[in-house]
Amino acid sequence: MTMRDPGSDSALLRVEDLRVSFPGASRAAARIEVVRGLSFTLGRERLGIVGESGSGKSMTGRAILRLIRAPGRVTAARLQFDGVDLPGLPERGMRALRGARLSMIMQDPKFSLHPIMRVGRQIDESLTLHESLSRRERKSKVRAMLEAVRIDDPDRVAKLYPHEISGGMGQRVMIAMMLIAQPDLLIADEPTSALDVSVQASVLQLIDDLVTERGMGLILISHDLSLVARFCDRILVMNRGQVVEACDAARLHHAVHPYTRGLLAAVPRLHETRSTLPVLDRDERSST
Amino acid sequence: MSAALSVQALSVRYGGTAVVSEASFSVATGESVALVGESGSGKSTILKAVLGLVPEWDGRIEVFGTARGHRPDPRVARHCQMVFQDPYGSLHPRKSVDAALVEPLAIHGLAERDARIEAVLEDVGLDRRFRYRFPHQLSGGQRQRVAIARALILEPQLLLLDEPTSALDVSVQAGILNLLKRLRAERGLSYLLVTHDLPVASFLCDRLAVMQRGAIVETAPVATLRDGAFDHPYAQTLYAASRIDDEAHPA
Amino acid sequence: MSVPRAPGATGGWRAWLLDDSPGSRAQASAGRAYRLGTALLRNPLAVVGALIVLGLVLTAAFAPWIAPESPIGQDLSNRLLAPSAAHWMGTDELGRDIFSRVVHGARITLTIVALVAIISAPLGLVIGAVSGYFGGWTDRVLMGLTDMFLSLPKLILALAFVAALGPGIENAIIAIAITAWPPYARIARAETLTFRSAEFISAMRLLGASHTRIIARHVLPLCTSSLIVRATLDMAGIILTAAGLGFLGLGAQPPLPEWGAMISRGRAFILDQWWVATMPGIAIIVVSLGFCLLGDGLRDVLDPKHDDA
Repeated sequence: MTMRDPGSDSALLRVEDLRVSFPGASRAAARIEVVRGLSFTLGRERLGIVGESGSGKSMTGRAILRLIRAPGRVTAARLQFDGVDLPGLPERGMRALRGARLSMIMQDPKFSLHPIMRVGRQIDESLTLHESLSRRERKSKVRAMLEAVRIDDPDRVAKLYPHEISGGMGQRVMIAMMLIAQPDLLIADEPTSALDVSVQASVLQLIDDLVTERGMGLILISHDLSLVARFCDRILVMNRGQVVEACDAARLHHAVHPYTRGLLAAVPRLHETRSTLPVLDRDERSST
Repeated sequence: MSAALSVQALSVRYGGTAVVSEASFSVATGESVALVGESGSGKSTILKAVLGLVPEWDGRIEVFGTARGHRPDPRVARHCQMVFQDPYGSLHPRKSVDAALVEPLAIHGLAERDARIEAVLEDVGLDRRFRYRFPHQLSGGQRQRVAIARALILEPQLLLLDEPTSALDVSVQAGILNLLKRLRAERGLSYLLVTHDLPVASFLCDRLAVMQRGAIVETAPVATLRDGAFDHPYAQTLYAASRIDDEAHPA
Repeated sequence: MSVPRAPGATGGWRAWLLDDSPGSRAQASAGRAYRLGTALLRNPLAVVGALIVLGLVLTAAFAPWIAPESPIGQDLSNRLLAPSAAHWMGTDELGRDIFSRVVHGARITLTIVALVAIISAPLGLVIGAVSGYFGGWTDRVLMGLTDMFLSLPKLILALAFVAALGPGIENAIIAIAITAWPPYARIARAETLTFRSAEFISAMRLLGASHTRIIARHVLPLCTSSLIVRATLDMAGIILTAAGLGFLGLGAQPPLPEWGAMISRGRAFILDQWWVATMPGIAIIVVSLGFCLLGDGLRDVLDPKHDDA
């Protein structure tokens, strides 16, 4: 399914017929396609990709950044970032893009931050890779970035190790690291799933503000439909590697596809009066 | 008829910090109560204390009228069991479903093992063909069903549930919630559910106890969620935060 | 009661073993073993290692039938003959056929390796698991004990044993086993620590299981894979240690054809009759290599991240 081009040819990202596959269980078995023909266009706006586990949403993000290694295979009729054909780039070209123009925030700062490197140094490393500045300039940029992600006392925090900071702060550090080189597109893969409920809202709001301030494009990948509806302009709902619904966030209530409606109905309400929750139809009995 | 669970002035300290302060509440027989709060509120610690997994606590805990000690007690195990949050961590990776279910029967010397195992698997909606599979061959929802089966095979009357669906996908969560509701109706169980998710509490429970930083700040019937008429400001904040999410859904 | 699909039909055995929904405990276990076996066989080096180890076992088992001559029969008129059609590995200084001695020596090697592994691995496993499970003072005491034994050098200890009890294979085995168990304890402890606070252990506690039951039935099974890998890799070291003891005259006593002892006696002739020392040396190298390759293969197969069976 192709999305209507929101702007003009200035689309930031164009994806046509993206397919990601992995080898089957044994040498003889067929390859397993985890993303099956995904197409969309993204301008400088916020797109949400929603799906459950196994829907292929995380693989989509990784495929765009070319982070999927053999034996995984990525093919696409077109995968263009700001006019640049991504599959055709050599690895060196891809490295120049990653971080500087295309960035990704991952789910759990416990695992995505280097455990034995101070936080300030990790953010600094991002800068070093893409810009040549003096040490003092880098230090002040790191401090400015930590302030931008609303960390009080940035100089003290910069000297801490990842295990010494809370989950919410770790995620802010991750955001700082990924946005310091001023990329044009940010892919956020479940950025708040590992965080406490009370912190989730503030981290999402932070991402939202930064993206708007800097005129970036955002792809927000999540399993949480209501979260995505709140923070994105458009939504793609994925199921088993394919997009089953594409709509504006404001019109989510009028979703037509049975899978989307099923997802919406299956979540319990704040004041729940139903005696059973509708369960999405699955292939076999109790295969959930 | 004594209450299924009675907790009086329970206090737990880890190091210098009070994780639970003077918590008191009870679960009547056949009732379902939710402990609601954010992480760090102490709700999981209360569950662990009831089960004897917290070595030091003050206060009094009675399960079906009998006071319990500070260590796991096989006699309490027959009456009170727990379903853990993480379906991936709560099953032994090298034991098949059958082995996991035989274990409690073997520990308590119960007979008719095959019959009991088959009955409980049927109850939780797992087909026979899952019986000899290993955890890595099961999906998250299936694992959680096995965990529920394991908790139920000793036929306890009180079930403690620690965020039983928060690690599961939305569609899978609905199935597990339905299952828990049905089991309670069929077997007349009492539930103590710990969750940060008010809608889940709304579906499964009769009453809520809201916890903040180790203390229970308010208890209210679940019907209060209709209009949010909570007294305590923290309960009101929690309600307001949940309402925003709720509004994204069609009526 | 569901009937497990009977093997024997077309594609029978394999389909039965790989069945996604086994109908009995036996079928599930057999299926797992089959999957591990096939995964192992996909690794060519592991296959080589397995064949070598199998060769060792078969040679040891059928030594009297494989060896053309007696390993201890002296024939002084045939001393120090070079390898030839009559004597594949030549003869030693007492006229004994070296090939026969090497073949019979396989028995001794296998005995030493097997006994040391059987004594030291389970001992280390239990100590490490108990230490990791209980933590606290138990952990400190047991690990202190482990460290003490770890710091004893094998050969010096063997010398001490020999001085006390006299030389011989049995004492050599005990000496090696006593210094071989600490690494297993360390491994078992490290493994136990990774899942000690896992929820499945808590679940067992609140089902009413005693600590003994939990350790025996839940903790130990999770440590066995790393232990098997480590033991297989250690075999090479044990063989070399035993050979070293034999070389020093502390292990098997003459006329037993222990490979290390054979090398030792061959030292005197190494320049002109190189085969006396080299042939047993080659045997040691090949067998050690075999165990190493097999151990590496097992590690790849038993690694939980690769484990899809």
